[in-house]
Amino acid sequence: MSLRTFELEIMRYDPDKDSEPRFETFSVPCEEDWVVLDAVNYVKDNLDRTLSYRWSCHMAVCGSCGMMINGEPSLSCKTFMRHMPDKIRIEPLANFPIERDLVVVMDDFMDKLASVKPYLVAKEKKAVEDGSYLQSPAQLKKFKQYTLCINCTLCYSACPQYALGEGFVGPAALALAHRYNLDSRDVGRSARADVVASNEGIWECSFVGACSEVCPEHVDPAGAIQQTKIASTLDYFKDLITPGRDK
Amino acid sequence: MSRKPYIRTLSSTSWWLAQPRYIRYMAREVSCVLIGAYTGVIVVGLLRLSEGANAWAGFVAAMQTPASVVFHLLALAFALYHTTTWFNVTPKAMPLQFGDTQVPGSIIIGAHYAGWIVISAALLLLAGV
Ligand code: SF4
Repeated sequence: MSLRTFELEIMRYDPDKDSEPRFETFSVPCEEDWVVLDAVNYVKDNLDRTLSYRWSCHMAVCGSCGMMINGEPSLSCKTFMRHMPDKIRIEPLANFPIERDLVVVMDDFMDKLASVKPYLVAKEKKAVEDGSYLQSPAQLKKFKQYTLCINCTLCYSACPQYALGEGFVGPAALALAHRYNLDSRDVGRSARADVVASNEGIWECSFVGACSEVCPEHVDPAGAIQQTKIASTLDYFKDLITPGRDK
Repeated sequence: MSRKPYIRTLSSTSWWLAQPRYIRYMAREVSCVLIGAYTGVIVVGLLRLSEGANAWAGFVAAMQTPASVVFHLLALAFALYHTTTWFNVTPKAMPLQFGDTQVPGSIIIGAHYAGWIVISAALLLLAGV
């Protein structure tokens, strides 16, 4: 297999030594079928064992190897070296604090994800022996696309509203809230609305659309947020017309 | 080993220059300023019309100056950009599903363009063009 040598300019940050991040360049001979993650692994295995970054599955399922690759939030396991220019700049995902090298602090995302109750809120709890909650293929189709999220947070890195706006709940969490709101077995919509329909929720989004452009799973969080805006506006008018209605 | 997360700062005034997709977004947002200004021009025109023939002739003359023509071309370009970009995202905001079948995005977008043409034609007909 043919080898091509790339210059990897990797952002480094050691909280014990550095006051701010710096770049370090590595020459990496890459094989034709390598992805960026392979090249980063090469650096760790052969050139500098102290390089820190997250990865696990190497097949766009775990969602942990997100990095800024030439300024674009990308899964490093899904970005082929053969499509890259000779010099590549690799940085930790934008809009998150840097823990060390390419590892970012994800606590804020995790808190926001939990805040939208991203789980089935069933009308009445069923015992296991009573069987599963039934759903037709048509009902599943309504939200299936939003179940594909792998929590990679590329969408948060692409979102200027998350970067600039204080407290924006953000694309993936709102898309997941929409996923459960659309689920025929779920009744948690009004419980989620406190967060979802707040100023920090859907109304902070100005539809830049970058989240959907970078999403590796084609979840389309921007679409989910706009749909939620419409549903929540309709809710507002329904509440005006019939106060105290059953939700 | 201590924790000392580093927070990168983002310029609140120039962030949108970082990527073409942010520039496209800003262009779409700025388009409403031109559309707003154009609406202002129309309102002034109506006002002049209500003030009599002389005032209206003055307004028409003002509309024919090079600066006014350039403004109108710019407003038209931005209005088209505004309209087409919004039409093209409608399937995201308003997806349609009948039973098991999802209506393709192209049909939803096409319906918007068709509506645009019908309404424009009706207005032109009403104006006697
Ligand atoms: S919505 Fe897409 S980009 Fe955002 S976390 Fe989920 S999979 Fe990643």
